[in-house]
Amino acid sequence: MTSLPAPAKKKLGLVIDLDTCVGCHACAIACKEWNDGGAFGPLADDDPYGADPHGVWFNRVHSYEVQPPAHANAPREVTLDSLMGTAPPDAAGTDMPAPQMVHFPRSCLHCETPDCVTVCPTGASYKRAEDGIVLVDEDKCIGCQLCAWACPYGAREIALPHPKTPASDTGRTDQKRGTMQKCTLCVDRIYNETLDACDRQPACVLACPTHARLFGDLGDPDSNVSKVVAERGGFALMPEFGYQPVNRYLPPRPRRDGSTIAATPTQPAPRAETLDTEKLPPLLRWLDKALSR
Amino acid sequence: MPHAHLELHRPTGDEVKTTTCYMCACRCGIRVHLQNGRVRYIDGNPAHPVNQGVICAKGASGIMQHYSPARLRKPLLRVGERGAHEFREIEWDAALALAAQWLGDLRARNPDELAFFTGRDQSQALTAWWAQQFGTFNYAAHGGFCSVNMAAAGMYTFGGSFWEFGEPDWDRARYLMLWGVAEDHDSNPIKLGLSQLKSRGAKIVAINPVRTGYASIADEWVPVNPGTDGLLAGALIHELLTRDRVDFDYLVRYTNAHHLVIRAPGAADDGLIARGANGKPLCAARDPTQAPDPHPSPLSRRERGEEIPLRPGDGGAPAPGEGTHARCRIVDATLPDIAPLIAGEYTLPDGRTAVPSFQLVAERFLAGAYAPEAVSERCGVPVATIRRLAAELAHTAFEEAIELPIAWTDTHGRPHASMVGRPVAMHAMRGIAAHANGFHTCRTIHLLQLLLGAIDTPGSYRYHPPYPQPAPPGNQPARTRKPDGSLDGGPLGYPQSPGDLLVDADGRPRRLDHAFSWEFPLAAHGLLQSVIRNAVEGDPSRIDTLFLFMANMGWNSAMDSAHTRELLCAKDAAGAYRIPHIIYVDAYDSETVAFADLVLPDTTYLERYDCISLLDRPISDADHAADAIRQPVVAPDRDVRPFQDVLLDLGARLRLPHMANADGSPAYKNYADYMVRHERAPGIGLLAGWRGADGSHTRTGAPNPAQLQRYIEHGCFFETRVPEAGAYYRMANRDYLAWARSMGFVASLEPVTLQLYCETLQRFRLAAQGHGAVQPPASERARVARYFDPVPFWYPSPSDAGLPLPPGGGTNARTRDANPHPQPFSREESAESYPLSAITQRPMFMYHAWGSQNRWLRQIAARNVLYVHPQTLAAHRIASGDWAWLASPRGRIRVEVRAHAATAPGTVWTWNAIGKQRGAWKLGKRAPEFTEGFLLNHLIGERARDPRYANGDPVTGQAAWFDLKVRLEPDPAPHTPGHRFEPAVA
Repeated sequence: MTSLPAPAKKKLGLVIDLDTCVGCHACAIACKEWNDGGAFGPLADDDPYGADPHGVWFNRVHSYEVQPPAHANAPREVTLDSLMGTAPPDAAGTDMPAPQMVHFPRSCLHCETPDCVTVCPTGASYKRAEDGIVLVDEDKCIGCQLCAWACPYGAREIALPHPKTPASDTGRTDQKRGTMQKCTLCVDRIYNETLDACDRQPACVLACPTHARLFGDLGDPDSNVSKVVAERGGFALMPEFGYQPVNRYLPPRPRRDGSTIAATPTQPAPRAETLDTEKLPPLLRWLDKALSR
Repeated sequence: MPHAHLELHRPTGDEVKTTTCYMCACRCGIRVHLQNGRVRYIDGNPAHPVNQGVICAKGASGIMQHYSPARLRKPLLRVGERGAHEFREIEWDAALALAAQWLGDLRARNPDELAFFTGRDQSQALTAWWAQQFGTFNYAAHGGFCSVNMAAAGMYTFGGSFWEFGEPDWDRARYLMLWGVAEDHDSNPIKLGLSQLKSRGAKIVAINPVRTGYASIADEWVPVNPGTDGLLAGALIHELLTRDRVDFDYLVRYTNAHHLVIRAPGAADDGLIARGANGKPLCAARDPTQAPDPHPSPLSRRERGEEIPLRPGDGGAPAPGEGTHARCRIVDATLPDIAPLIAGEYTLPDGRTAVPSFQLVAERFLAGAYAPEAVSERCGVPVATIRRLAAELAHTAFEEAIELPIAWTDTHGRPHASMVGRPVAMHAMRGIAAHANGFHTCRTIHLLQLLLGAIDTPGSYRYHPPYPQPAPPGNQPARTRKPDGSLDGGPLGYPQSPGDLLVDADGRPRRLDHAFSWEFPLAAHGLLQSVIRNAVEGDPSRIDTLFLFMANMGWNSAMDSAHTRELLCAKDAAGAYRIPHIIYVDAYDSETVAFADLVLPDTTYLERYDCISLLDRPISDADHAADAIRQPVVAPDRDVRPFQDVLLDLGARLRLPHMANADGSPAYKNYADYMVRHERAPGIGLLAGWRGADGSHTRTGAPNPAQLQRYIEHGCFFETRVPEAGAYYRMANRDYLAWARSMGFVASLEPVTLQLYCETLQRFRLAAQGHGAVQPPASERARVARYFDPVPFWYPSPSDAGLPLPPGGGTNARTRDANPHPQPFSREESAESYPLSAITQRPMFMYHAWGSQNRWLRQIAARNVLYVHPQTLAAHRIASGDWAWLASPRGRIRVEVRAHAATAPGTVWTWNAIGKQRGAWKLGKRAPEFTEGFLLNHLIGERARDPRYANGDPVTGQAAWFDLKVRLEPDPAPHTPGHRFEPAVA
């Protein structure tokens, strides 16, 4: 079993904005690409051109249909359940709001008290004392997968040791088979002095075309990410498990559709100019309209 | 416990080079990190104006596209039958000699025997020029099946268009209406913009039968029925007009709303704009004693017109009411400081009758047919929603108007202290374009923008330089061949009158694709989708060689793909292929390769020079004119050549004008040399940056031998900022136009008059009504007269691809077409047989089909399913996850269905171009792309309901992909997987 370090002041993590995530998978591919050739790669692909292409991804995007509650403005606790909804996604013929799509990127949450670390029999899975990042030392990993069982978020992936297509067309051989892999928060980027300072961020954050991913210190209440979380009501994923995820998700902002703004007067009083003539057919109203070129 | 050895400072690679992405059409700037000469990592270039450092899923997977096993290795010569994919490798010299022999022989006979069509090509500045020098009219790129409706409607309306030629004012818009925009066009810039709008609290409305992607983060989703967007936009206009929520001052300043349209039914000038002796349009204006005119009119007394009292109208024109008996005069409509009138009927000095064009527009859209109550059911949008959307648009435009303290001078020389903005932006794309009513629908949306005063004002749509251009632009398609065999101009352009068409003495098409004929007069991008069928049928005449680049016409770029594949193999009675030679250029073993006689393998985008030119499709944004290059960041590891180099090599072998020296040697070493040295006009070349011998000139200047090096030093792009005083109102902003003229973008400081009323269309209609020197053949007249309406209108799709003719067959259809005026809309006859609309879109991670077949992207999706509203599924007794049949008159495909509530109940949809043909792309034998993935293309007929016409928009020829109507049929074994296509029995 592996012990956790004393709680760190610094809690590096991601803030993911479900309001602007369009589900484009840019983060997932950027992650795959960086880590495939980075310090924690390669990331194996099995059967890449065959019937069942699959591989190791540190970050995946899932898209869900969501049926918002009838009263979208009603205050409600924001949780994953409330976002994803369990109601049948069928609002037709009712006064239910239109169904929504929520795109949900999923990766390691770098929990403060994760069982994925404590269950590790070899010390391969560990949490860094200095910044809270959860990593796997592949040299110590025996591929027992206890950590993957312990993680309720599905954040860990393993390349099984029997690839269907061993040759990699990128010229690399898959050497990380049989060991657990996971999001490193791009620890090989964020401190990397060979990169420009502005590039010392996780690859997924730099790639995101809607800037729906933010990186920072969630242990510092004055950091940008902490402020955004406070302002937007950022929430932790399934806190009931007690692992205290560091990452936060920002809920979709209330949608201003017919169900929320129908009562809002959007039609102001007619301007004085049109008051007298409003009852006239439009073409008559315009006959003598004073215009200037 | 911590890593024993944690590498925190490993360099990304040993070298980094910038270039321009080509994984889709956005042209983002990328940094390619190399390690030992191999591509290690590609990320976005933070300094690049297009993507500002972000990169999409496709762009980041470019590394896997580059190292794809499907890449071709060497030129291939067919040895088996077409379609059998049996080739032998040959050397480049032999391949090019063979191509030059075919092309040289046919050019000596008739250059039109070459059909040269490119796909999603970004080097049309070269390919169109090459076609021009070769002398074939039969050239186009893929716009005819992509977005020509958007381009043409925009160009003919306001001298710009959505997407590449403009953008929403991301910094200032308060309200964005997305019409038919799926996950595409363009990708990263829209995503960046949406993020900006979201952070500012702007409202986003998505009008789309399907809620995914951008629509999923929109505030409001309006699930409109496919093909009815024009009706919805018309109803919004109806509401704005009814409630007087129109920016009239904008209309009379920047559009032709006040221009007088001659009303003389049956006469040769009916519907044309009345003009004075100086050629300027006329308008009725208030008497100067009521609105003093500080700029005395230069017109003669006769041209000024007598003071004429308003005449009581007839034929629907209003009678003047109490207090509306203002006296007016007829004046030059382009004069400043006049007080134009926009309603009423007027007598011109010569006695003819005319009405302001605005009145014609108003009469059209105030009609009951466009009332919310009348359109609601057909559009699938509640009346209250239509009213509310119109009110929101107006509220944002007028009550939330913004004013920027930017001083500017208009084209009359009048200074303005500020710029007033209507912060309502719109964007539209293929959901509008891919219908046979797309041209008029897009124009209706533009009219909606114009009525709100929301073209090129703060917060609204903004032009990208070099736009605006005159509406329409002045370049017409070439019509004649010079003694050296070349064309007298580019093969594509914007016809302005029937005399610009490419028709023979009998009015029949001259081009193979029938573009610029009476069938599709404004086919500004050609009709690639008709090329193969017409080539096989010899319509209008046989060709010798079909030369395709990057156009997967053997698969997802063809309508009726299975039939198209048969046509590519069709033989005549003597056993010879009806298309004698097919040359295909591709970097990958795509579906079309199997049908080529000669395959010329291209490089990837990382291995060549390329040019994203201001002469073609630049990367400008609203504040910058910009262009870009690609540079080779790695050398090919195989015997492939850049297509552009090959094209110039062929041109030299053929001794085409400007491509060979007098001694027969090539005029250009390669494309990079051409990019630098070629001058389209004196001092104007493909690249605008660092011109002149010392690199100090912008846009115009002598070729600079160090130009490419300068681009490479600057991240492979060049941009120059539009002066601040020219930020908005560019159609009539002297500060902008003076800058644009200095850049060579415009010829004069004349304002661009926005075309609320499109007189160009009326010229074609008049020809169809028997006026003018060039008239359509009798068989085309009714159709041209109907669809060349100068005021946009909505009509149900005339194509309904391949649907059975209604009772009475063609006669009935012709009778209906013969009515020149839009009728109250009736349900299509086919509603019962094929009640559902079927559309496609591309997933964002495969935006654009090319370059999407790689090992990472296919882990996200290696197959597609058909998405159907749960109630629709229930009505068919089909469960989500079942295999079922989707049928059209062309046949039926077996597909897996999936419930998706965020789909309009009358629509089914799928992701396009994931399905592949077995054997292509070097995929395994059981790849899901063909065992379970599918194309809707099999169900889409290449012919319209009237089989004389291609399945396209009758104005532009745009392929009507989204007019497909289908029905769902259960399968007796719904749990047995497996896709297959069963063609309809003929």
